[in-house]
Amino acid sequence: MYLRQFAVGALENSNIDNIMFQLAIYILLAPLVAFTINIFWGKRYLPRGGDWISITAIWSGCAFALYMFFTKVLGNYDPNYFQSWQFDWIRWGDYQLRIGIALDNVSLIMLVVVTLVSSLIHLYSTAYMKGDPKYHRFFAFLSFFSFSMIGLVLADNLLIIFCFWELVGLSSYFLIGFWHEKDSAANAAKKAFVANRIGDVGMLIGILLVFTAMGTLNVTEVIAGVAAGKMGGMALTIAGLCLFCGAIGKSAQFPLHVWLPDAMEGPTPVSALIHAATMVAAGVYLVVRIFAILTPEASLVIAYIGGFTALFAATIAVAQYDIKRVLAYSTLSQLGYMVMALGVGSYTAGFFHLVTHAMFKACLFLGSGSVIHAMHGALHHIHSHDDAQDMRFMGGLKKYMPVTFITFLIATVSLSGVPLTSGFMSKDAILGGSLAYFMMHPQHWLLPVFGFGAAILTAFYMFRLVYMTFFGEFKSGPEAATALHESPRAMTIPLIVLGALSIFVFYSFNPFNPASGWFSTLNPQPDRAYEQLQAVAAHDTHAEAKSHDSHSKHEAVEKAEHNDSHGTVVESHGEEHGEEVHATDAGGHGGGHDVHHTAHLIAMVISIILATLGILIATMGYYWHKIDPNVWKKRLGPVYLGMYHKWWWDEIYEYTFIGGTKLTANILAWFDGAVIDGLVNFVATIGRFVSVVHGWFDLYVVDGLVNLTAWIVGIFGRFTRLFQGGQIQRYVLYTIALVAVFIILKVL
Amino acid sequence: MSPLTLITFLPVVGAAIILALPRHNHKLIQWTALFTALVVLIITASLYPQFDMQKVGINQEATFQFTEKHSWIPAFNINYHVGVDGLSFPMILLTALLSFLCIPASFGIKKGVQGYFALFLLLETGMMGTFIALDFFLFYVFWEIMLLPMYFLIGIWGGPRRIYAAIKFFLYTLIGSVMMLVVMLMLYFNTIDPVTGGHTFNMLHMMDQANQTGIILLHSTRIIMFFGLYIGFAIKIPAFPFHTWLPDAHVEAPTAISVILAGVLLKMGTYGIIRILYPILPETTVSFGWFIALIGMINIIYGAFCAMAQTDLKKLVAYSSISHMGYVMLGMSAFTAAGLQGAVFQMFNHGTITAMLFLLVGVIYDRAHHRQINGFGGLANVMPRYMGITLLAFFAGMGLPGLSGFISEAMVFIGAFQVWKVHTIIAIFGIIITAGYLLWTLQRVFFGETNPKYLDIKDINGRELFTLIPLGIIVIFLGIWPHPVLDLMNSSLSHLANMMSSVTPL
Repeated sequence: MYLRQFAVGALENSNIDNIMFQLAIYILLAPLVAFTINIFWGKRYLPRGGDWISITAIWSGCAFALYMFFTKVLGNYDPNYFQSWQFDWIRWGDYQLRIGIALDNVSLIMLVVVTLVSSLIHLYSTAYMKGDPKYHRFFAFLSFFSFSMIGLVLADNLLIIFCFWELVGLSSYFLIGFWHEKDSAANAAKKAFVANRIGDVGMLIGILLVFTAMGTLNVTEVIAGVAAGKMGGMALTIAGLCLFCGAIGKSAQFPLHVWLPDAMEGPTPVSALIHAATMVAAGVYLVVRIFAILTPEASLVIAYIGGFTALFAATIAVAQYDIKRVLAYSTLSQLGYMVMALGVGSYTAGFFHLVTHAMFKACLFLGSGSVIHAMHGALHHIHSHDDAQDMRFMGGLKKYMPVTFITFLIATVSLSGVPLTSGFMSKDAILGGSLAYFMMHPQHWLLPVFGFGAAILTAFYMFRLVYMTFFGEFKSGPEAATALHESPRAMTIPLIVLGALSIFVFYSFNPFNPASGWFSTLNPQPDRAYEQLQAVAAHDTHAEAKSHDSHSKHEAVEKAEHNDSHGTVVESHGEEHGEEVHATDAGGHGGGHDVHHTAHLIAMVISIILATLGILIATMGYYWHKIDPNVWKKRLGPVYLGMYHKWWWDEIYEYTFIGGTKLTANILAWFDGAVIDGLVNFVATIGRFVSVVHGWFDLYVVDGLVNLTAWIVGIFGRFTRLFQGGQIQRYVLYTIALVAVFIILKVL
Repeated sequence: MSPLTLITFLPVVGAAIILALPRHNHKLIQWTALFTALVVLIITASLYPQFDMQKVGINQEATFQFTEKHSWIPAFNINYHVGVDGLSFPMILLTALLSFLCIPASFGIKKGVQGYFALFLLLETGMMGTFIALDFFLFYVFWEIMLLPMYFLIGIWGGPRRIYAAIKFFLYTLIGSVMMLVVMLMLYFNTIDPVTGGHTFNMLHMMDQANQTGIILLHSTRIIMFFGLYIGFAIKIPAFPFHTWLPDAHVEAPTAISVILAGVLLKMGTYGIIRILYPILPETTVSFGWFIALIGMINIIYGAFCAMAQTDLKKLVAYSSISHMGYVMLGMSAFTAAGLQGAVFQMFNHGTITAMLFLLVGVIYDRAHHRQINGFGGLANVMPRYMGITLLAFFAGMGLPGLSGFISEAMVFIGAFQVWKVHTIIAIFGIIITAGYLLWTLQRVFFGETNPKYLDIKDINGRELFTLIPLGIIVIFLGIWPHPVLDLMNSSLSHLANMMSSVTPL
């Protein structure tokens, strides 16, 4: 019955939409099928552990995603493109909770990012995981992760987003704990799941708040509901922040950031896929999805959390020696950037950074995996038990692994924000956004400080990493060096592809003006739902601009420039920096635009200077050796210690929350045994005592009375027996005596 | 004859046959028991397509299905009156399923096989009867019938402290029964059968306030009756603070009995509240909704914390049952359609999930002969199939999406949040603690280096898989597509929710 409904719903749509829908379903379900086949039959019955099934599933999915992307987003751009299919999933009373999948420009772009990175990492893993006894299971879990992540991207409903959200967490749990024989891996997996669950609790409460207020969880309907004034003010702020809690957990924002660095216990392809490119970006994606319902107050909190995380994580990255840990903290920092961007209202910049970051960070992680792979072989060769991930044992690797080195360098440059890279464009947009926000709200000067502070640190720690790893002398000795080699092609091809995608040209033909590229023009900032209430008139103009959409790509590029929420038209000329960023409450007055324009010019100049400075310091310290890092370690004293020990957050949590929970558990268990069960047993004891007393009473009092009576009767009996001798004469005598007595008494 | 009568009394027939069989032919006894339970399961399952999901039941005698009514003790107007609606039908499905699966799980029992299976089948009769009875006296009789085999099954076939556990279970439940008996008699003497004009035990007549007279119309009496029935049922759930019999009973009971105890018997508490307490005393119940919500919340959090502190795997699962039954109470305390349906669905899901958990504990206990969580370690590599199923059951217990527990918990939260915001928010934090203790347990049992003692431990065998896989399939299937069970209860529970929301609280 439901299936029929479902099918009819799909058929009513036009042909191309129908194809899109079927492709989306295929992309979603193919990895699930691959997972099911591989987990049950992969090891025993399938050649190569069934890795080819997983790979086929994701590569075909990627091809279809690209097809959808090129036909819909690039080929046939419609700013209002939206299609969805639903069926009812849960029913109670007359209410039907409908879930389904929704396609729009944002989800199509995200779909491409996820499937592309995932495909490359599948390929990479065939070489990286070769020979692992659980090879088949690794691919099964990779497929399961892909399924959950794609589901998360396609979901149209907060509840189903939450479902896939948790499934993503589950696959992350399995993959972090993949080598569960190691206690550290098992611990890290558990930590990741629990930290995510803490965020999920907030998200669930947010979902309940939204549902109670609006009676729906469909994202589009929720946004429409807010625009119609069904929820607003404080309630909406709280709901928005509760939903954001989910993002804090998944995108590892402060204060739930502690799980991500530990998650590096998983195999490196996992770190690249899940803990750099896709899953951790899910939190940002959620904020992108609910961007329209965030109130200014909620946005401000989000901006501060993101900004603080960006700087805070960067300080830790500076002092780490484990190559993957540096990258992990760098990921935290970059996620913080994205969150801050969304918080200050730079929607396009935040989403843009998500995409560019996915490419170059995946490249970096895979590059580090390639290095670790080589180091493993080298250290194994000399029978050393040194840590293959510790940069202090590396050095000079560029001549042994040229492909890894070059791709790694490109990605590093991109992450550091050097011009001509994708990272430069997206990060610069974010910095410009935060600066613009500051210029309109001078009291929030901390936000750009966070941003620029993190920018210089990023350039510094990334080049520190590159110099320690690829330059100078190889630190593990010449014998180990003989075993060093470039990684096999299955590993270098993904590096090359991802490295190439870190270059500006794929996103905008003008490296200094991302706003003229397809990405920014095709991803206009959505209207804030509460602003729609205020500025209906402006909205009308806006909608008109959108409805005049054309079908060719070039026109679309120009038209989409009109997406400013206050209806102002932005002219985009070559060098001019036209990235549109809307400060949170700039809606309604058009004056904000100049501020943005100026802010972006300033931000660009500052960020180029800072990146250069950061690189320069790193070069002085780790290449030219003009600055001795050890001297600075001493000079910085406690600050360095703080950075090295990750500001002790793990320890703090260990002693407060984890210790507190265990203590509470033990106290309550004691209470349960001693007090409640004690009371039960006490009642039982009283019962037994009463019964003993009762028994005694029964024996000595009740029965005693009976016996007493009997005894008295006995006495009587004995007494009367005296008179009964059985002799007739004596009876006659008694009778006569009695009669005599009677007569005497009568006479008297 | 109603098929309900058949499924209720077939097990007794089976038990009688078993007692007539030669005492030492264990195989024959086991297969007779299995066959009996299988027939019951097939008949129960065959009722599914015949069950009309539109009919409401609850307080309308005409819309109960598969009904049968005979006069039993005419002097007191006691009837043999049975029937099912959307509330009880999922429960008899659960009972038939778990009773069947528990029989192969008991094939390892070597002592007193004849008595064990006879008592087990008698227990099934008691459970079925309790869920189908529409006459309060009949309900009470079945309720007591259930108690006796349970006492012997724990007391004879249990672990080292079985006598203590059995007596504790028996006394505790008896106290509840006495409370129920008193209230039942109060109701009997103050309810008028609209047809005959005499007193009646018919629950459906008791639900109509037009039939009620005398003392039970007083608020104070109704509050006393509320708490009488509440305590009677709360002991069975078990609700805080009457729960301490449960861990003891579970730890001592043999595996299959634990499964029945947690899977079916606990549901009778919440079933009784919804079936009897709600419709008979609606306004009193509504005014004590906060109380039920509070106890539900305490059960969730308190049970989860206590579970975290356990070192015995079975005790941990027992406390997790206490925690999960809290969701049922929280859901039904809101009197909304979502909450009630979530609660009954949670009863069903907890039945299947906890059955898996107890069966899994039984599997490892049969091999290692202990249940100390810290005494295992690294079993992942030696028992991969066992780990796979354990992961499924544990994540289902955690309420992971895609598995049935998630849907019922989500519905409970959605339903309860509309009325009890603070209670629900506190209860939601329970899911963190649940994840904490379950993952910690997984880690201690399966991860790390393999404990050298268990390097050649055997993975789960075919008989054990036979008991676990059907449950696993149900858990996954209902997690993705919950309609087959949700639709059964929709009409009945929506009707009940409307009933409860239309009364004016005291």
